[in-house]
Order: sequence, then C-alpha cells, then structure tokens
Amino acid sequence: MSDQQIPSQGQDVGTPVRQTDQVSAATTGSSDSSGADGAGGSSTAQPSGSGWGGTLRDITTGTVGISVLAVVIALVVGGVLIAVTDEDVQAAAGYFFSRPGDLLGAVGRSVGGAYSALFQGSVYNFRRPGFASGIKPLLETLTFATPLIAGGLGVGLAFRVGLFNIGGRGQMLVAAAAAGWVGFSLDLPVGLHLIAAVLAGMAGGAVWGGLAGFLKARTGAHEVILTIMLNYVALYLISFLLRTPGALQAPGTNNPKSPAIKETAVFPLIFGPQFSLHLGFIVVMVATVVVWWILNRSNLGFQFRAVGENPSAARVAGIHVDRMYIYAMLLSGGLLGLAGVAQVLGTVTTGFSSGIDAGIGFDAITVALLGRSRPFGIFVAGILFGAFKAGGFSMQAAQGVPIDIVLVVQSLIVLFIAAPPLVRAIFRLPTPGSAPRSRALRKAVAK
Amino acid sequence: MTVETRQGSVPAEASVAAVLTKSWKAPVALAVFVLIAVVLFIVFGRDGSSTFRLSTDNDVIQLPAVSLPTRATPIVLTIVLAALTALSAWYTSRARRTPLWLVTVFAILFMLSFLTWAAADATIPVPGLLIGTLGLSAPLIFGALGGVISERVGVVNVAIEGQLLAGAFVSAVVASVTRQPLLGLVGAMVAGVLVSFVLAAFAIKYLVDQVIVGVVLNVLVTGLTSFFYSQVLTTNGEALNSPPRFERINIPILSEIPIIGPVLFRQTIIVYLMYVAVAAVYFALFHSRWGLRLRSVGEHPQAADTVGINVARTRFWNVSLAGAIAGLGGAYFTLGSVGAFTKEMTAGAGFIALAAVIFGRWDPIRATLAGLLFGFATNLQNVLGIIGSPVPSEFLLMLPYIVTIFAVAGLVGRVRGPAAAGKPYIKS
Repeated sequence: MSDQQIPSQGQDVGTPVRQTDQVSAATTGSSDSSGADGAGGSSTAQPSGSGWGGTLRDITTGTVGISVLAVVIALVVGGVLIAVTDEDVQAAAGYFFSRPGDLLGAVGRSVGGAYSALFQGSVYNFRRPGFASGIKPLLETLTFATPLIAGGLGVGLAFRVGLFNIGGRGQMLVAAAAAGWVGFSLDLPVGLHLIAAVLAGMAGGAVWGGLAGFLKARTGAHEVILTIMLNYVALYLISFLLRTPGALQAPGTNNPKSPAIKETAVFPLIFGPQFSLHLGFIVVMVATVVVWWILNRSNLGFQFRAVGENPSAARVAGIHVDRMYIYAMLLSGGLLGLAGVAQVLGTVTTGFSSGIDAGIGFDAITVALLGRSRPFGIFVAGILFGAFKAGGFSMQAAQGVPIDIVLVVQSLIVLFIAAPPLVRAIFRLPTPGSAPRSRALRKAVAK
Repeated sequence: MTVETRQGSVPAEASVAAVLTKSWKAPVALAVFVLIAVVLFIVFGRDGSSTFRLSTDNDVIQLPAVSLPTRATPIVLTIVLAALTALSAWYTSRARRTPLWLVTVFAILFMLSFLTWAAADATIPVPGLLIGTLGLSAPLIFGALGGVISERVGVVNVAIEGQLLAGAFVSAVVASVTRQPLLGLVGAMVAGVLVSFVLAAFAIKYLVDQVIVGVVLNVLVTGLTSFFYSQVLTTNGEALNSPPRFERINIPILSEIPIIGPVLFRQTIIVYLMYVAVAAVYFALFHSRWGLRLRSVGEHPQAADTVGINVARTRFWNVSLAGAIAGLGGAYFTLGSVGAFTKEMTAGAGFIALAAVIFGRWDPIRATLAGLLFGFATNLQNVLGIIGSPVPSEFLLMLPYIVTIFAVAGLVGRVRGPAAAGKPYIKS
C-alpha cells in the first residue's frame, strides 16, 4: 500500500511537512492494519525493493500485550534451561516418584534464585540498606544501556533506509580509537576536551560507516559484504595501532593497550562517584530525540524512509537514492561511533584494547529489531537489554548461572515479538479483528 | 538458463546504462594493485633468494625446490602485471568487459611476486600452504553451499553462523558420547537442520523478515551453545567434550601426484565430503529437475506456483537441506581440526561464508572459489608468521577482506541475487 503512495507524494519534495505527516500516517496505518490481521509480513512485505531492504518495514505488528507475552515466554524457556542444567534439580529428578516435592523445590530454588538475582542486579537490590544503594543496580542498567541505545539507533536508522549495517564492530573500534587518541594525547581545557573527543569518535565511526555507504553508492557493492569486511579491516588496523609504540600503545608497556584517558575527556559521573552512570547517557537521550526528529520531521528523513520503502519509486520521485545511502551510512556510523565513544570515555576509561566493542555492534542489531527501528522503541529496548546485561553479571556471580542465558532470553524475545501469530497460538488468544472480517466474508459469500 | 533469466529481468535502465557507459572499475582496481606492487616490490625491494618447496617429505615423487632471485622476480612480474592492466584498459576503451582469465592470471602473478618478495632467504612450503588453505576453507565452503541453496530457493540465510556453531557443538557432544566421529557428523547435520527448521518456520509460516530471523538465530545459537558449554560441558568435559577426531585418509595413487596429491587427496573425510557436496550442489542446481524447481521458486514463486510447484514446501525442505550442509561445515571445527568444542569457536566464519555467497554471485562453484580465497589468505598469514614476514601480521590478516572489498566494488559490481530471496510468498 505504501509503495503506491510514496511516489505520488515524492513528486513535490518542496513541502516536507505535509508529506511527512502523510507518510507517517501511512506507515502507522499499515502497521495497524497488519497488526489487526495478524499476518504482519503479508501487507507490509510487498513494498521492499531490494531483497535485504525489507527489514525497515514493521518488524512486528504486535501490540504491547504481545510484547509482554513474548518476554514471559522467553523467561519461561530460560527458566527451563536453568532448571534442567541445575545439579540439584538433576539430583532431585532422580527420585522424583518417591518425593516429587523435592524436585519442585529444587526447580523453584534454581529458577527463582536466578531470576531474583537478575532483578536485583538490574533494578533494585532489596538486600542493601537505604534507597541510594538499593537503586544502584538500576543506574548500572542505564550505564550498560548507553552504548546499546546509541548502537541500536545507528542500526535502526540504517534499517529505515533499507540498509543492513552489520559493521557496528568496525565503526565502534574506529570511533573508540579516534576518541581515545584525542582523550589521552591532547591537552585541552575542561569541557572542550570532552566535546572534541566525542566529536572525533563520532567522526571516526561516520567515516568508517560512510566508506561502506560510498562504496555501495558508487559501485553497487552489497553493504552487507562491505560492512562485514570493514569490521575485520578495522579490527586488524586497531590491533596493529595498539601494539605499535607511538600510535595507540601506552608507553612503557608491551601490552596491546592504550594509555588511560585524561580526566578532562572522561564523561563525568552524573550522581557522584559511587554510581557508574555517566554523562554519556544524557548524550544518548539527546541522540534519540535528534534521530527521531531526523527520521520523522525532517526532509532528509522523509527521503530516507522513501528510499527504505521502495528505492525504485524514490528514484522516480526524484530522490537521489545513492546520496541517501551515503548520508544514511554516515549517520549510522556516527551513531555506532557514539556507542564506541560511550565505551571508551565512559565505561572503560583506564585504556582500551581491541575488545573495546564488547560485541555491542551485534547486540545493537537485536536492540534495533526489538525497538522496531523506531528511535523511542530502541531507547526502551536498549534499557531492557542493558538490564539483562547488568542483571546477568550479578546472576552469574550470585547463582553461578552463566551470563549466556541472557543471550538466549534476548533472542527469544525478539523472535517471539516478530511472530505475533505464534504468541497468540501459544496463549490461545483470538486473532484481533478476525471475527468481524469472517462475518463480512460469510456475508459476501452468501450474496 | 540462469544467465538468461538474470539478464532478462535486469531493469531496463541498468542494461541501457551498461551498454552506453564504459566501466573503468576493473582497470582502475588493477592499477591500484600495480601501484602497490611497485611500492612494495621495487621501492622496498629485498635482496636474497626465495625458495619454494614443492614436495612434502613423504612424497614418492620428489620435486626439486625452486629458487628465485628475490629482487629481480617481482620486478619482472610487476611489469607483466602492468601489461595486463594496460590490456584491461584497452578492453574497456573498446567497451568490452575485462575477461575473467585476465583477472585470474593477474591475481596469481601478484600473489607469486608477493610470496617471492616476502620469503627473502627463506623457504615457503607450497604444499603446506595449500593443505592448510583447504582445511581452513572447508567450513566456509560448506556454509556457502548452504547459503547458496537457501537463497536460491528464496530464503535469505543469515543464520549460517548459527548453523555452523550448532553443528560444531552437537557433533562434539555426539561424537564424545558415542565415540563415533561419523555419528558426530550425522549429529552436526541434524543440528543444522534444526536451526533451519526455525528459520524456515518463522520465515515461511509466520512471514517474519528473514534477515531478522537469521540474525536472531545466530544470537540464540551462540547463547544456547555457550550456556550449555559453561553449565554442562566444562564440568563433564571428559564424557561430553572429548570427541575423537577424523584421521587423514590417503587416497591411493592420487595422493602421490606431486603438489596436487598431498593437497587434495590426503585429507579427512569431511574434506572429501566437501568435494562431493560442491559437485553435487552444482550439478543438481543447474542440471536437474529439482534444481530447476528450486531456482524457479527463488526467482518467481508465483510462476512456480502456477505450474503446480508447492512453493512453501519446496522452500521448507530446501532450507532444511541447506542447514544440513552448513551443519557439516560446523563439524569440521571440532571433528576435523581441534577436537573439543569451545565457546563461539566459529568466530564469524558464518559471516565470511555469507560474504562468499554474495561474492560468488549465488553460484556454488564461484562461492567455493571465494571460500578458498579466504582460507588461503588466513593460512598465508600463518605460514608467513613462521618464516618471519616483512609486513606486520595484521596487514596480512586484513588482506583477504581488502581484496574482497576491491573485488566486490571493482570487479563484481552490482550483484543481483535470486529475485524473490527475502520475500515471503503469500498464495492469493
């Protein structure tokens, strides 16, 4: 439906405001209608022009209820895994028929213990005295969420233009190197130093992402290959610089590690030294609003979404599709660069190694998917995944449950949210809107 | 057949543009490499002599080692490279495409001059270099074959990484428990198929975007295998994670052919299976009724449906088949090389396989060659690391990825996959 509307709107690019409203109406309209009939792909799948580009379309058509149920199923599956691999549970299962209560107790202890540790490590710790130290885990969650949100915004923005940016790792590494270099080698006044480091990092990420966009636009090379390849190029480049004295390596050591970032370039802690939350979170909040504005209110964003919906139609409408690919990858790389900056100036300020990206480049893809490539959705998804990360570490420490279970739960959530019919089938929910339509259908057949 | 379909459906504007404009990408890309050659081999030329050992110690027919002068050889070869570039420019000026043989010869000569330059006063074991190449590319090739089948039938397969990892995990556990590596191989196939089932179910039945399912499946399999590894395998490593490895099997007579013999015919059963798989997939895809149906479903599902092919069923079972093949590649990580399973041991090989699929333009033979290129570059770094390379090892490690970028941007250009890949088919 929307691919027929966009070209007609795109003919008069001069009046962006009106068009923007129409398109957002069209987009939400399509997501609503497909949400109603439950077959998300059916109505939204057609417009995609390129094979990979369909990702920008509504990832899920489900409502909040479906999302909550998806989280519930994922947690149940995670609980089953925790219980099955727990040694006490296995022992109790051995004499299940003589004392079945033991098994239930053991299951309850292992799963309950794990999930309560997850909660207390990510939201509020009841065992600590006072509100200030009890709320510490929540701030920890926000700290973990900071790079995830920034990265998710970058991947999500590229999704909306029909590009699949798997190059988060490379873009983060280049950004971390650039921000880190400004952070530890330059001497600038307070404030200015931080701003310079952040901008340098974002510029580094933008260059690395823009390189992929430029090559795609100029030569037609596939952005998936380009970004994957640039990941490895960046990894080895940064590894080389980190072990080369005079480049990024800390003087006086043989470790492939950079010197510590100077005080003036570190993100200040918002709530004082006992909490880890740093100014990067505020920067990311601002970035979320900016990305929302770009996508939904600006002329550029309108062109982005038009290209994402249907590149051929956008080209017919006079939009420079190739240029949009370059701009989108520049912005996307810059946002992933912000994730790298948050890592190097906020989380690991004592000097970084080539593992500074910590897999966030890939996590950002799941964050963007869960957030349905909408900036505020990504913000919430980033906080949820940040909570899983923060809680996962304390769960591992307290209950000995490997943090990898968090990956399982996260991926199941995205998988279930993407398939509302499956969730409805599991909970035997009626398909919304099905009854009236079938009645109408019957009427039509009767006639 | 395929070629015709492809050209037939290229948008009119693109084909017109291709006729009218001369693409200078190929000669420019080659010229860049000539420039690199001039800087590296002539400006930073090295003295001495480079030796290439052509036989292994236990060959029946021993070839003498070849010795080349380190300074002169690359210079001569660079002149030849420049001539090839000029030829490519001539082709372009006559509005003709640079032929594939030219690029191939160029690549081989560039590699030869690089090796000569790198191995000043050292010996490069050519069979060793190539044997390692084949080993390292085996999982990539299996993964790429799985990707080719899956995408040809219309389901984008980003989950190759997950299929490889699942195959590696299950094959290690099954082989450890049963002490039978062959059963481990079967287990790896089953694991790959299970991952494929999820991909197919979500992509075909629930119409979820295939790229999303693929990405999420990778995370899911990484999480599951790492979780079970930390929780179960580390505590019971002896019983669950000490699989027997496959022995190398020498094929009589063939394995005694100089150079080729040790490289191709002294391998494990997984590599022999790979030969069979590449040939079978190529033949079946382009010369059988199954392949024709598969491709028609991937190119134009509606037309396929009209002539009575069940699109959903064809997609489901072929995606499963693709999973089985990719799973076999996963078994190589455990049963074919290291033995025990470790966390995230595939280390991005699935993504390289995905790149090989696109690089190889969805063709099993070309994808195999792309896989070999990646394997070669990785092993080249290992070999040069031993003899002491003049280039920092990171840059050698980077080489295959840079070459791929050049190849994709300069030579392959606008690739077009199966038309319906990534699009769910809704019967109306």
